[in-house]
This record gives sequence, C-alpha cells and structure tokens, in this order.
Amino acid sequence: MSDFTNELVQHIINGVSLGSIYALIALGYTMVYGILQLINFAHSEVYMVGAFTAFYTARYMGLADKPGFLTLITLIVAAMVVCSIIGVSIERFAYRPLRRAPKLNILITAIGVSLLLQYSGQIIFGADPKVFPNVLDDQTLATLGTAELRLFDVTILGVAVFFMAVLTYMINYTKTGKAMRAVSTNWTVASLMGINVNRIISMTFIIGSSLAGVAAVLIGMKYPKIDPLMGMIIGMKAFVAAVVGGIGSLGGAVLGGLLIGFAEEMVKGYISSTYADAFTFAMLILVLIFRPAGLLGKPSQEKV
Amino acid sequence: MAKPILEVKDLNVFYGGIHALKGVSFEANEGEVVSLIGANGAGKTTTLRAVSGIVPYKGSVTFRGENLANCPPHVIVTRGMAHSPEGRGVFPNLTVMENLELGAYIRKDKDGIQKDLDHCYELFPRVKERLAQKAGTLSGGEQQMLAMCRALLSRPKLLLLDEPSLGLAPLIIAQIFEIVKKVNSEGTTVLLVEQNARMALKVSHRAYVVETGKITLSGSGQDLLDDKRVIDSYLGGP
Ligand SMILES: Nc1ncnc2c1ncn2[C@@H]1O[C@H](COP(=O)(O)OP(=O)(O)OP(=O)(O)O)[C@@H](O)[C@H]1O
Ligand SMILES: [Mg+2]
Repeated sequence: MSDFTNELVQHIINGVSLGSIYALIALGYTMVYGILQLINFAHSEVYMVGAFTAFYTARYMGLADKPGFLTLITLIVAAMVVCSIIGVSIERFAYRPLRRAPKLNILITAIGVSLLLQYSGQIIFGADPKVFPNVLDDQTLATLGTAELRLFDVTILGVAVFFMAVLTYMINYTKTGKAMRAVSTNWTVASLMGINVNRIISMTFIIGSSLAGVAAVLIGMKYPKIDPLMGMIIGMKAFVAAVVGGIGSLGGAVLGGLLIGFAEEMVKGYISSTYADAFTFAMLILVLIFRPAGLLGKPSQEKV
Repeated sequence: MAKPILEVKDLNVFYGGIHALKGVSFEANEGEVVSLIGANGAGKTTTLRAVSGIVPYKGSVTFRGENLANCPPHVIVTRGMAHSPEGRGVFPNLTVMENLELGAYIRKDKDGIQKDLDHCYELFPRVKERLAQKAGTLSGGEQQMLAMCRALLSRPKLLLLDEPSLGLAPLIIAQIFEIVKKVNSEGTTVLLVEQNARMALKVSHRAYVVETGKITLSGSGQDLLDDKRVIDSYLGGP
C-alpha cells in the first residue's frame, strides 16, 4: 500500500474516533435545544466535571493503576452519575426559575453558569492540569501498512455507538422518549396529555449530561491531561457539530460530530494543526450561509 | 338529580394588560353536553384554558368536588378531564399511533387501553387506516378526529372540545357532532366551544353565550335556538 493510503486510513480512524466523542457531547446540546430552545453553554463545564469525577473516582477507589475494562466502566458510570446530578441541578436552579423569562435572559444565565463552573473548578480542583489515570492499556489490534487500528479507538467508537443506540431506542420506543418528542413539539399540548413537562425536561438534562460524562472519560483516556478549562474548546466544537448537523436533530448531532472530528484530523494531517480549530469554525460559517438549519435540521422561523 | 361535575365561579383571566375573562360563571352537570358559543375573541378558548389549568386565573374551578386551584394541567388530566385544544394540537412529527399512545399517557392498564383503542377505531375508522403515518400529513378533518380520539384515550369524565368543526367540510362537521353525541351517550360529559352555534346548540343540553369576557345568556340548547338575540347575533337570521 502506498504511503498516501496508509496515512489516509490512519486519519480516518483517528477522525472517526475523535468525531464520535464530539457527537456524544453534541447530543447534549441538541437535546436541550430541542426541548428548551436554549443553547446550554454550561454543557461544556458539565463535561469538565465528568473528567474530574473520573479522575477522583480512580484515585479514591484505587483504580488509577488498574487499567482494564472494569476500570473504564466504573469511571464512565461515576462520571455519568455526577454529570447527571450537575446537569439536573443547573436546570432546576438556574434555568427553571426563568422558564417564562425572555430567551435572552436565559441565554445570559447559561453563560453565567458556565463561567461559574469554570472558576469554581479552578478553585476546587486547582488551575493546573492533572494527568488522567491510565484507564486502559492501549495496544495495536491490527495494522494496514503503517496504519494502526488501536484498542483506544475501537473502544471509543464502541462505547459511543453503544450509548447512541441506547439513546435511539429510548427516544423512539419508550414512553418517556415519546413524551420528550411531544414536549419538544408543544409543551402545552404535552401537558394536556398528562405529561409532567418539568420532569421530562429534567430527564433531558440527565441524558444529555450523562453522555457528556461518557465523552469526558473517553477523552481522558485518549488525551490524558485534564484541567478546569478543558470544556471550552471541545464544547465549542461539539456545539458547532450540533449546529452543522442541524440543532435539535439527534442524527444531525452525530453526523456533525463525525464531520467535525474527521475534518479536524484531515486538516491536522495534511495542512497544519494550527489551522484545525479555524477550519472547524470556517465549516460553521459555510453551513450557516448555505444551509442555515444545518445538514439534517428543518428550517424554522425563529432561533435564538 | 342534576349533579354538577364542573362548577366555574367568577373566573377572571388577564393576558398582561388584557382583561380577557371578566367574571365568568357556569356549570356542567354529569351527563350533559354544555356549549359555550360566542364571537371571535369573546373568551371561549380562554375559559377552557383556565379550566384545564393552562392559564392562571382568579376565581374558582371545582371539578368532581375538588377545587382545582394551583393544579397543573398534567395533574388535572389524572382527575378525569381531557382537553382537545383549539387548532387540534396533534404532534405533527409523531405518528398517529404515537399520538394515540400519548393520549393514554397517564394509564398503565394495557388491556383497557387496547379496548378503548378498538372502540376509538370504531368511532373513527379513518384514524385506524393511518396509524403509521405522521400526524402532520393528515387532513384537517382527520387531525380533528385524531385529536378527539387522543383526548378520549385518557378515559375522561369531562371532555373539553375547542371548535372541533373549525375549517371542516359540512359532511365532516356532521360526523364530528354525531360522534360528540355518541361519546356523550356513553357517559362522558362534554364542554363544547363552538362558533358553529346552530350545530352546537342542537347537540347541547344547555348552553351559554359568551360576549367580551362575560356570560350574557344561558339556557337549554333549544331555548337558545329560539331566542331572538341568539338568532340575530349567532344564527345569521331565522
Ligand atoms: N396569549 C394571549 N395573549 C394576549 N391576549 C390573548 C391571548 N390569548 C387570547 N388573548 C385575547 O383574549 C381574548 C379572548 O381570546 P379567546 O382566544 O379566548 O377567544 P375565543 O372566544 O376563543 O375566540 P375564537 O372564537 O376566535 O377562537 C381576545 O381578545 C384575545 O385577543
Ligand atoms: Mg377560541
């Protein structure tokens, strides 16, 4: 195989792996937007808290030096639980009191909560980066020329696909999932069906936040350096992914995540890693110009 | 013998500075069809929205002996009231079946739900033919039928219907009113809001005329059909 093909295959593997993590985070943005028409800026900080939860869980449960799937699963569960609690609390105490307030007020509150968590994180965890525990021993599973298929990438994709499948099932076939779709179409009528709208909104935050927790552990595993501001850039990218895919659309979030991850790898590989982030935002601008509702989104009259 | 299932006293609703309801009082007795008729903007929809808990109000709403003050809509449903809203309010992106399932959201008795579904299909055969279709692709009449079906699936004691005839062809309107009568004869009390006063009064045991946020007339359906003021204002002459 030519060097070119080898390299391309490697970039594709990396792109899919990174992209599926973006997709997990993007799902949280898009779900909350679908139900509240709110860009939950604090979502990236929920993700950050997930990473630190896993970090401290590993330390206090003595898992920091016990790599393996059991450790991975334990840390994912811990991050999911804590992220859900944080996400639900943010909704309950910051957004719910403003339910009938103008959208702009809620948006500003979201930015406020995001900053609050960033600075609280710096105070509580310290501003210096920490080294994420060794969750899994990476190894090469297969080679194709010089391109390697590594355990990390397969695990990341496998975990992401698993949670996306669970989410798809939940949204489409369970009673709560149907209620969520009803609430995202029309709150008032949904409440006339006997649906407790506040409970459904809480559920949405639980699901979105716990997916951010999953993403945090996966990122920590592959790029083991975490700090309280780690949510900013990746949160932005996942948000862009959600918008590119069509905010409010679950399929769009996954597609957008994969596209952004893939594009980022390509730019890093063939142009320069300095331009990777710029390229992400260039993509956002292009999509907003040519397809404002996103790739899979439905055009709508009013957006925040 | 006439036992009130719903008693509304001195209902006042404000939308910002607009005083939409100015002391509306009425009641519906068990087993009745009661209508509220009136011109555009009179406050009929607002009355239903207050009763089912969607808009805040002053005054009292007593349903089956219980004061509904501060009761949110999703709880009122569990007390036995269903509200089929103005404009039908089907969930367009959900299938017809999913819409129906949400109608039975508060229930857990699978067998009972299936029985009621079958009964609904009898009342509305058109709905059954379209179960897998997105509700947004139904015609207006079909959406109205779906909305009624969905409301009935919570097994209400009281059904609030807001302008079921709106925008429908005469033949479909006649069908809808037939079904209202049938549902009522099976034991559901109906509170009907209509601009189609003639049709509404014909199926109603009693009715109220709403004008700019107040009740100005009331009586049996037949009495109001014969009332000169109603004829002049709402029935388009004799
Ligand atoms: N959300 C709202 N905000 C402000 N004003 C409102 C709102 N909803 C209704 N109104 C006003 O309240 C009054 C009563 O409206 P309502 O919808 O109850 O009338 P209606 O009798 O149902 O009329 P129609 O037959 O046209 O449906 C109207 O003057 C209307 O403009
Ligand atoms: Mg109305």
